[in-house]
Amino acid sequence: MTHPRAAEEVRPSRLGPGPLLAALAALGGAALAGILVGPVALRPGAVIAELVDRLPIVDVRSGLSERQAAILWELRVPRVVLAGLVGAMLASAGAAYQGVFRNPLADPYLLGVAAGAGLGATVAVAYLPPGAGWPLDPLPVAAFLGAVVGVGATYALGRSRTRTRSTATLILAGVAVASFLTAAQTYVQQRNADTLREVYAWILGALGTAGWREVELILPYVGASALALLLHRRLLDVMSLGDEEAESLGLRAARVRLVVVGAATLGTAAAVATSGLIGFVGIIVPHAVRLTLGPSYRRILPLSVVLGAAFLILADLLARTAQAPAEVPIGVITALCGAPFFLLVLRRTRRLA
Amino acid sequence: MTAVSLSGVSVAYDGLPVLRGVSTRVGPGDWLALIGPNGAGKTTLLRAVAGLLPHRGRVALGDVDVSAAPRRRLARLVAYVPQRPTLPEAMTVADYVLLGRTPYVPYLGTETRRDRRIVAEVLDRLDLGPLRDRPLGSLSGGEAQRAVLGRALAQRAPVLLLDEPTAALDVGHQQQVLELVDALRTEGGLTVLSAMHDLTLAGQFADRLLLLVGGRAVAEGPAAVVLTEGAIREHYGARVRILQDARGGVVVVPHREPPTRAEEAGA
Repeated sequence: MTHPRAAEEVRPSRLGPGPLLAALAALGGAALAGILVGPVALRPGAVIAELVDRLPIVDVRSGLSERQAAILWELRVPRVVLAGLVGAMLASAGAAYQGVFRNPLADPYLLGVAAGAGLGATVAVAYLPPGAGWPLDPLPVAAFLGAVVGVGATYALGRSRTRTRSTATLILAGVAVASFLTAAQTYVQQRNADTLREVYAWILGALGTAGWREVELILPYVGASALALLLHRRLLDVMSLGDEEAESLGLRAARVRLVVVGAATLGTAAAVATSGLIGFVGIIVPHAVRLTLGPSYRRILPLSVVLGAAFLILADLLARTAQAPAEVPIGVITALCGAPFFLLVLRRTRRLA
Repeated sequence: MTAVSLSGVSVAYDGLPVLRGVSTRVGPGDWLALIGPNGAGKTTLLRAVAGLLPHRGRVALGDVDVSAAPRRRLARLVAYVPQRPTLPEAMTVADYVLLGRTPYVPYLGTETRRDRRIVAEVLDRLDLGPLRDRPLGSLSGGEAQRAVLGRALAQRAPVLLLDEPTAALDVGHQQQVLELVDALRTEGGLTVLSAMHDLTLAGQFADRLLLLVGGRAVAEGPAAVVLTEGAIREHYGARVRILQDARGGVVVVPHREPPTRAEEAGA
């Protein structure tokens, strides 16, 4: 083709440095706040010096006492790191589910993923003796299997007769599946009253027991899963055209969906296995990004990882300070923010239903 | 040398036959219009050619068997524009057209400079340059149809399948879009298969028409041969007059008998 003027190259919507830096700054601020605020006051200057001291080569005297340093390194930092990992995972999984199901209200909590993971974890706590020489920790495995059952059942039941999935049927199926799995979980719990307290605290979502052990437990799963989702960000944009058009562009839509749902479910299960059921993070964070920067998953996924971490660190901060010294379950905080947000999204997308 | 060949192609949905043993050949650079009443199998035939449907018989693009080729390879050979494409309303025109480069981008990779240049050329050619940053939801019907054509052209596939490309457009935009397809066909040697409702337009733009009825090909050839008053009465259940325009083109005009007294009385 001949044209008088040379065509100017087209740039795809991608994540510019501005929004990414802003998000990272928000994460840094949230993490610092999470580390500084607590029942024992730690001087900010000293904490920062202590953090800097941990960098290689640098050697700074922080002036923190041994007890203060222990509070910082054994309580505050692992808790902030764990909240960050869980938040990043739930938010990016939410974005990924929304992409492959082409449903703006998809969220690990609403799709039955979290409830399934909950049932799996409860069964593991109740029936599998700990430390019996399992090659893998059975808790995340059981949580993952439960999560797969949950999302599989929701997807199968949400399929309407016309083979199209509307927003309404998928979410209604998710509610039904989640209720059923939660009921099954309650039943298992009641029959195993000795572990009831442990499981109950877990259901409400708690990062109170967070330590480096939990961080080590979920880091490989969350890392691998988030990486897999990030690598699929462009394909999620293709998937937004629907299966048939994605196929006509050379994609195996079913395979992409399987890989993305598998990765999101694995990561969610690991997160839920340590943190309990924390809802709505997967809706609030991706939608906030979508509302400000548009529909491309090239922006939504990376920013959901960063801002999801920041959001949950702040939610956890609120959970442990709102009624100090008591802790409000973090799931209560996210639901209080998330439910109104959910309604907002529902109103905006009603015509899709 | 054929661009598209079908031999004995049959498709069934849940055991219900929709396409029964259709055979035809389309030469490179030709335009074949699929006509026929609703439910005749036009869309099914296009989807079979795009490799989106399991079928019996053989569909070949050049010498590539559609059932045997990998999806990516197929997407470089044939571009498919469905009747109601999904247009994510907040997606920009440029991002949408870029999706057409998917068959050339590695699975987890990203577009190269070459992909971005091709998209820029396509936007230019379709006069979509000024609209490139507009969200799809803000486009008019004709603009949206051009964006969809742009996505298909970005595939750089030699065969273009269009399902009712003008169904949602007014008469002016119908002509614009079809003229554009025709120009692209001449410039790039594109082979076009399109399902069309408007018989007159089908005759004006396509080299040949294929009349599908109940999944079978019942007539094929130039408009003057296929479009007869008898055939349209029989297969569409429609009363029409076939006229000729000044240049010998076929014009299909719906015809209405003046109502008789008995019909007026509601008998």
